[in-house]
Amino acid sequence: MANETPALEATGICKRFGSVVANDQVDLKVNSGRVHALLGENGAGKSTLVNILFGLYRADQGEVRVKGEVVDLGRPRDAIDRGIGMVHQHFQLVPVLTVAENVVLGSEPARGRSVMNLDAAKQEVLELAERYQLEVDPSARIEDLPVGTQQRVEILRSLYRQADVLILDEPTAVLTPQETDHLLSVLRNLADQGVAVVFITHKLREVLAIADEVTVMREGRVVGSTTPAETDEAGLAEMMVGRSVVLRVSKDEASPGDVVLQIGDLEVDDNRGLRAVTGLSLEVRAGEILGIAGVEGNGQRELVEAVTGLRAVVSGTVRIGNDDITGQSPRKISELGMAHVPEDREKHGLIGPHSVADNLVLNRYHRPPYALRGIRQPQAITDHAQRMVADYDIRTPNIFTPARSLSGGNKQKAIAAREFSHDARLLVAAQPTRGIDVGSIEFVHQQLINQRNLGLAVLLISAELDEILSLSDRIGVIYRGRLVVIADAVTLDRNRIGRIMTTGADDKTAA
Amino acid sequence: MMDNQSTNGGIAARFLYRGRWWLITTVVITVFTLWTAEFHQAQTTAVLASTLRHSTPLVLGAMCGILGERSGVINIGIEGQMLMSAWAGFMVASSTGDLTLGVIAGVAMGMLMGAVLAGISVGLRGDQIIAGTVLNIAAIGITSFFFSQGRTLPSGKAQAIRLGPLADLPVAGRVLFSNRPITYLTLLMVPVLWFCLFRTTWGLRTRAVGEHPSAAETVGISVVGMRYLNVILAGGIAGLAGAYLSLEAVGSFERGMTNGRGFVALAVMIFGRWNPVGAWGAALLFGYASAVQTQFQFRDWLTNDPQFVGMIPFVVTIVVLAGFVGRARPPAAIGQPYSRE
Repeated sequence: MANETPALEATGICKRFGSVVANDQVDLKVNSGRVHALLGENGAGKSTLVNILFGLYRADQGEVRVKGEVVDLGRPRDAIDRGIGMVHQHFQLVPVLTVAENVVLGSEPARGRSVMNLDAAKQEVLELAERYQLEVDPSARIEDLPVGTQQRVEILRSLYRQADVLILDEPTAVLTPQETDHLLSVLRNLADQGVAVVFITHKLREVLAIADEVTVMREGRVVGSTTPAETDEAGLAEMMVGRSVVLRVSKDEASPGDVVLQIGDLEVDDNRGLRAVTGLSLEVRAGEILGIAGVEGNGQRELVEAVTGLRAVVSGTVRIGNDDITGQSPRKISELGMAHVPEDREKHGLIGPHSVADNLVLNRYHRPPYALRGIRQPQAITDHAQRMVADYDIRTPNIFTPARSLSGGNKQKAIAAREFSHDARLLVAAQPTRGIDVGSIEFVHQQLINQRNLGLAVLLISAELDEILSLSDRIGVIYRGRLVVIADAVTLDRNRIGRIMTTGADDKTAA
Repeated sequence: MMDNQSTNGGIAARFLYRGRWWLITTVVITVFTLWTAEFHQAQTTAVLASTLRHSTPLVLGAMCGILGERSGVINIGIEGQMLMSAWAGFMVASSTGDLTLGVIAGVAMGMLMGAVLAGISVGLRGDQIIAGTVLNIAAIGITSFFFSQGRTLPSGKAQAIRLGPLADLPVAGRVLFSNRPITYLTLLMVPVLWFCLFRTTWGLRTRAVGEHPSAAETVGISVVGMRYLNVILAGGIAGLAGAYLSLEAVGSFERGMTNGRGFVALAVMIFGRWNPVGAWGAALLFGYASAVQTQFQFRDWLTNDPQFVGMIPFVVTIVVLAGFVGRARPPAAIGQPYSRE
């Protein structure tokens, strides 16, 4: 195996963006029929490397060989023609076109020179889908499909172009646990059929579950290569972060106090006007974390928006302490002591083009000391920002940098800094660690525990079962807008929660 | 069996429901036409023929807009492209005496204007609205500066071509089968452009580039190349509209003779939902409003307040756009300059 020619080989790749070195003498060797995991924190240079391999960026230095032959990948077309396919982190699919149209786009089957043969396109998609077990309706429009299915379309698109090297950039970041399992089995299947799979991730569990070979990157360099047999989660995490990492935070027994958040018989509609939350009641006490587990799209988003005042409530009540906040404005609710770490930090957490400093006072910009009689006080704002950047270790060039240019983990730290630094009684955190790296996850988890220890009531909503299990004092499982079960964390095990999440049935005897 | 029938019935009902505005509009127009004509054939014929005449430059302008916006480039310079082409076509035709050469010159001028628009907004990644405005202002200036009174077309304007016995049919004969060349060409171009946009590889790529350019780029389509091609072709279509005005409809060139048609064409494009066939229907509606206005003037109706009659086409524009624009969805990437990294 050692003298087999690699399907794709990169040697000595260097790439800078301005003063930032994104790739520094990176080597990567990928073999046919193997799943190769490229592991690293956000900003480690993984995406830059694969974008070079796909011809989207041009390397400053170094060479790429495809099946032993040195190639010049100046455009994606060059990579496609050499059998390299890529599944992008942000899907490159045209939402208004159908599955078949997206798959064949750019290499369309045609009658004569240019009249589309859509029937042939659909037929080819069906055949590919069957061969690789990537079930999909070729006539469906992309915008109507769930993300997991859209991802299948991206994979099919590469296979249609006869890719024998398939690069996937953070493919599981947007998937539910079930979709992730399915994807991993698809990738295994592809490898068995001789495809070389390059799989970028920062999730250790996935690496151990599927990879044959692992390359770890940190700060633009390759820091090691290994195989799952030679290492474990802790070992990989240490290679990736450069220090030992606490994967499971430790916490003391909870000492719950008064009820802070009380939800009674809540009914909420989604954007289409369909009932998303039905008859939901729960209480969160000061000093405890209530974790809501569930597959995404089961009403979690609508629940959070109703509690935070971002969405109208159809019926039912939401109270913070003795105050009825049903139908109140988000500002009123925030002033009553609610901190909110939103699910979509780009859309609802930060104002991207505004400075880090302004974003850090987004919930209090209109009040003293940040504004006096409607006039903003720059000194107070920058002082506050300097303090927060130091306290929460927000890595930013300076406090006037636009918030959108921070990495995912640092954006999340900035939001945490803003929300945790005012006197809150209740913290609502939705998917707080989605898409951020191991080091930042550790930080966010520790912060959640700290807030609880300080006596806040914490409502944690997450699709990551591990996160729910390791942080929650009590756990509720939501299925189709209903809270199927709510109980002490110690009385619920992983299998039972998983079963309720996927079926909605709590059949204890089936265990 | 039962199930099948009810589903079929359901589909038919849904179809009727979705097309209810077209249905209502068509019925209202038909009744209204018969009424204004007082069941008099000559008048009905006149209104319908005038509808087609008014709609021709609008649908051409709208197709120019569709081609650009489907590939992601907003073109508000249609007015300027039409005006420059009307002028260029007239100048060439009046000095050579050859109408065909004049039309070719008009189309070429439109393509040149398209190339300028593409150069600024695609090549230099400038603001597309400003690029279009530049075309409009430049066109007014240039055509006024080189405008000379007293030039005529030696051969007169383009003559109607009668399509044999079809032209002798009552009503339809005069309305449809004895038109001038560019009118026929336009009627042909509507289905052809529709077919190209929705049934060819070029069309699929054009739509992909207008909706999600980086997706197109990752499958090896040149976004910049597609946009240049389409905007220049679109210019040619606007050029044809210009040539229609000076060489086929009026037979001379006048200052500012496009008279806002390039902008109405944009409304037609939106009303037609960026679809050539839809735009054709929309153009007919606007053309009809203009024809009715003319008819009112002929018959001395409401002549005490002529300004209200003159308002009809514009009121129709406002009403239609207010009702439809909100629901129409433009291509997602329009107005955004594209660069790879």
